[in-house]
Amino acid sequence: MKISYKWLKEYVDLDMTPEELANKVTLTGIEVDGVKHPDAGLKKIVVGYVESTKPHPDSDHLQLCQVQISADETVQIVCGAPNVAAGQKVIVALPGSRIANNEKIKKGKLRGEISNGMICALQEIGFSDDVTPQVYADGIYVLPADAEVGQPVYAYLGMDDAILDLEITPNRADALSVRGVAHEVAAIYAQAVHFPKVALTEATKKASAVLQAQVTDVADAPSYNLRVLENVTIKPSPLWLQRRLWNAGVRPINNVVDITNLIMLDYGQPLHAFDYAKIGGQTIEVRRAQADETLTTLDGKERDLTEDDIVITNGADVLNLAGVMGGLDSEITNETTTVILESAVFEPTHIRKTAQRYNLRSEASSRFEKGVNTATVLTALDDAASLMADLADATVLAGRVSPTVLKPADVTVNVSTERINRVLGTTITTAEVKAIFERLGFGVTEAAGIFTVSVPPRRWDIAIEADLIEEVARLYGYDRLPETLTASASTPGLLTERQQLIRHLEATLEANGLSQALSYALTTPDKANAFQLTASQPTSVDWPMTVDHATLRMNLVSGLLDDLAYNAARKQQNVALYEQGRVFLKQHQATVRPHELEYLAGAITGDWQTATWNQPAQPVDFYQLKGLVESTLAEFNLTTTPEFAATARHQDMHPGRTADILVGNQVVGFLGQVHPRVSQQYRLPATYVFQLDLEQLLALEQQTVMYHAVPRYPAITRDIALVVDESVTNAALTATIRENGGSYLSAVQLFDLYAGAHIDTGKKSLAYTLTYQNTAATLTDDQVNEAFAKVVAALQTEHAATIR
Amino acid sequence: MSSLQDKLIALQKQGITEIEKSADLKQLNDIRVNLLGKKGPITEVLRGMRDLTKEERPAVGSFANKVRDALTESIETRKQALEAAKIERQLAQETLDVTLPGTPVKMGSHHVIMQTVERLESVFLGMGFKVVLGYEVEEEKYNFEKLNMPKDHPARDMQDTFYINQDILLRTHMSPDEARTLEQHDFSTGPMKMIGPGRVYRRDTDDATHSHQFFQMEGQYIGENVTMADLKGTLSFAIREFFGAEREIRFRPSYFPFTEPSVEVDISCFKCNGAGCDVCKYSGWIEVLGAGMTHPNVLKAAGVDPAKYGGFAFGLGIDRFAMLKYGIDDIRQFYQNDVRFLSQFK
Repeated sequence: MKISYKWLKEYVDLDMTPEELANKVTLTGIEVDGVKHPDAGLKKIVVGYVESTKPHPDSDHLQLCQVQISADETVQIVCGAPNVAAGQKVIVALPGSRIANNEKIKKGKLRGEISNGMICALQEIGFSDDVTPQVYADGIYVLPADAEVGQPVYAYLGMDDAILDLEITPNRADALSVRGVAHEVAAIYAQAVHFPKVALTEATKKASAVLQAQVTDVADAPSYNLRVLENVTIKPSPLWLQRRLWNAGVRPINNVVDITNLIMLDYGQPLHAFDYAKIGGQTIEVRRAQADETLTTLDGKERDLTEDDIVITNGADVLNLAGVMGGLDSEITNETTTVILESAVFEPTHIRKTAQRYNLRSEASSRFEKGVNTATVLTALDDAASLMADLADATVLAGRVSPTVLKPADVTVNVSTERINRVLGTTITTAEVKAIFERLGFGVTEAAGIFTVSVPPRRWDIAIEADLIEEVARLYGYDRLPETLTASASTPGLLTERQQLIRHLEATLEANGLSQALSYALTTPDKANAFQLTASQPTSVDWPMTVDHATLRMNLVSGLLDDLAYNAARKQQNVALYEQGRVFLKQHQATVRPHELEYLAGAITGDWQTATWNQPAQPVDFYQLKGLVESTLAEFNLTTTPEFAATARHQDMHPGRTADILVGNQVVGFLGQVHPRVSQQYRLPATYVFQLDLEQLLALEQQTVMYHAVPRYPAITRDIALVVDESVTNAALTATIRENGGSYLSAVQLFDLYAGAHIDTGKKSLAYTLTYQNTAATLTDDQVNEAFAKVVAALQTEHAATIR
Repeated sequence: MSSLQDKLIALQKQGITEIEKSADLKQLNDIRVNLLGKKGPITEVLRGMRDLTKEERPAVGSFANKVRDALTESIETRKQALEAAKIERQLAQETLDVTLPGTPVKMGSHHVIMQTVERLESVFLGMGFKVVLGYEVEEEKYNFEKLNMPKDHPARDMQDTFYINQDILLRTHMSPDEARTLEQHDFSTGPMKMIGPGRVYRRDTDDATHSHQFFQMEGQYIGENVTMADLKGTLSFAIREFFGAEREIRFRPSYFPFTEPSVEVDISCFKCNGAGCDVCKYSGWIEVLGAGMTHPNVLKAAGVDPAKYGGFAFGLGIDRFAMLKYGIDDIRQFYQNDVRFLSQFK
């Protein structure tokens, strides 16, 4: 809401600067976004009088104007505006002046003719196109005839004002009016407001003689009031009125429309004017639209109406979308002579819905949907009628046509000094509290620190005790409230074990070289669907803004691949990322709300280590990733060791390079190479990923950490190298070794794997170090040899291994 | 006798000269073997003692021993010197260019959003708050209804929402957690103090300052004697911890449906320190969070008696905090995960 400092000053006595006022208002409750001085930066722009014009000898559109710029000086100015004419008072930027955008005007020649400055359009001195009156939109502005030649133009145009831009929160719609802001400012500075009295002269002819009205459902329009004005002359508004409008960001149109806008700015009460001659009858009816009805609104668009729209009709045809926008057919035009003026209160929710439905947010609808001051519905109407009598020569017919009327009433709210201080943590006295309510203009009675406060209708946001406490707090000053750290019972501030473990996993992955990523949880349906660990149905949002963010992810891998692709497109080919976040799973399509599961995933691509002066590049591979996953799983300290089982069940993964991760029978994750078909779609080279279901892992049994004595006796090792069929897995061999290793076997480590020359085709060679340890005594060679021989024998019989 | 003695003297002199001339340990060892070995000249001389008289023998023997000792000592000294020189040479050969780069150790980085979350968490954990993580897909009633935002409340205009259907939506703020935690809290165990950091979603078109997904943290403290002065004290402490002790903080009235009185908190601008610049839009102040005393309707909706219990709630944008603290100018960077961005936040 743009508030003119000068207009405000007519209602409250202000002696501070606009900037001081803005700061105070901000700190007391309504944020002021900025203070604008329309004449800021302008210089040497004065009223000129065009004495004569003649065509430029060397141009088909320029005029040579003789312009009087002071009592005793007339100069030539070349002007290209189509509407320049002798006898006009105009805006002249003199040589050496500054106009909008800090542009400097100099004396010069235009096609050989001297020009001593420039005759300006409003836009050239800083007016926006939105507020420039239509008639001057494409030409120079013409000042009133009584403008004094040589004087600065700013005061004539209202540019010597200061405009405060107020950010009005939804609860303070009372401040969507100059009067509302005046009350606020008066409360802040402990001043009184003074509004001028308006006297309305009515004709003897009764409005009810020419117009009847009815409201079908009182709830839709609890207050609906009309006046009829005859003998109206449509013409431009006087300059003082136009100034008020354009300083508030509203374009002047004609006197009748301008008056309705002025009253809306002044009271916050939207008004509507109909052309009586065009409503087709003598009846106005407020009702709901029918589904098959249409209306062409003022913007020329035909709207298909719904039964949720409140409309104004002539008893049959729709004239208006109530409170939102008028119809084209009953619009005020230059030929209008009889005007119906409407001032009403409409049901806010319907107005809001209608405005949304047709994308027709207007100054009027936004006020109706947030509420209006029920105490000034009639005052605003009468005030407008009176102005129309003055400025449009209107005859105001006697009486209002009011099928519904609201009786404005104060709201009574109680609060105590003790309660206020308890909530605020203050020691404000009863007298101070009372003074604050009085400054707000509320009725107040007090006994023993308990207040009964009568809140007038203009502050319809106040209904309960907490609202009054807020009023006290803000007028007392938030800056004066003490700052304390509460002395109430102490509470333990701890992360849960789950939260701690997740943080720990993240730290482990980072220490191991992966950077944390945060991807979008809303993605394309395809990406949401890919890389699922547990089969799930997708959850999509209604009306997604783009297909890129339509469906909730059911895996974390797609997001990481997006991240890798983003990096690769920027020549960052060697990337290792992980993400910890949620996936959204549900078993049945019909289920609306998915389960939210914490997952952990990682993706590596390119070189794990790039080549350096002392080591070659190390491209990412399966075992690199597996090591990362193993060290991550180790952090869970599970009682059952996770196992890796080859799988081809993941269609987005390489069928020969993917393993499910199993704990017992539970699949807790997978890892492997992304299917080359998929990595190609992301324009990525070989990429390895893992994905773990943290929910399952966190639910598994963990080992209790207990100290085991560090061995005091030396361990003995034996190496074994064997040749087996290519199909025999490491897991199978290790299992055989462990099963037959005897009680002293403490570790089995693969230290070599070879296939190729010197080994038969279809065979491979593996070499293991077996570590034997007796924690109670020194092992003898005989004990170890005996145990080792059993392992050798088992490998030979179970795997047809040849010992090398 | 004298001839033997003279021989020994000559041997000693010559031996020492050779020892001192020796260039390496092998040469020195050869000299030692030559001089002192069984076939060496000293042994030879001593063998010649057979021809001496019984009286002469002790003196010559003793002299011969002295010569041998002197030579042995000289060899030892030379040996040490040669060994030291050898080590010197070896060390000289082993000298490295210590300015060559170290072998890289791969280290990942923690996302700046999570660093911000965790920094704030630690501040509030220290003040006895617990961390609560709610649902990203929420029920409409927890996201709006129970927060004093009934259907068609104008404040819903401020939040454009992704709906799954008319009752289920993607949370638009972290407040639903507050409502849920409040419902479950047993006040006989003490006050309720929680923070809830997490992802939220709004129907915004992604650009430098808008994102359809971002992170928020909300907090709530409800008890029997929690005041607005506590709100100011707690939030001032947290803001100074995060943004620096030198920041000025200002509290001013605002509006949120779920609090009354409501507060907006500004800090003095980092860039201009309050003088006015493009960062603070020439106001000298930067808005950092919203807060207020929990609205009685919110307490009632959770079954908490507003006459007995009350307190404050606050909400802040994690992305905004990170952007302000580190001067990040495009919110999309948080979710693009460019490694050149991620790695900057150590």
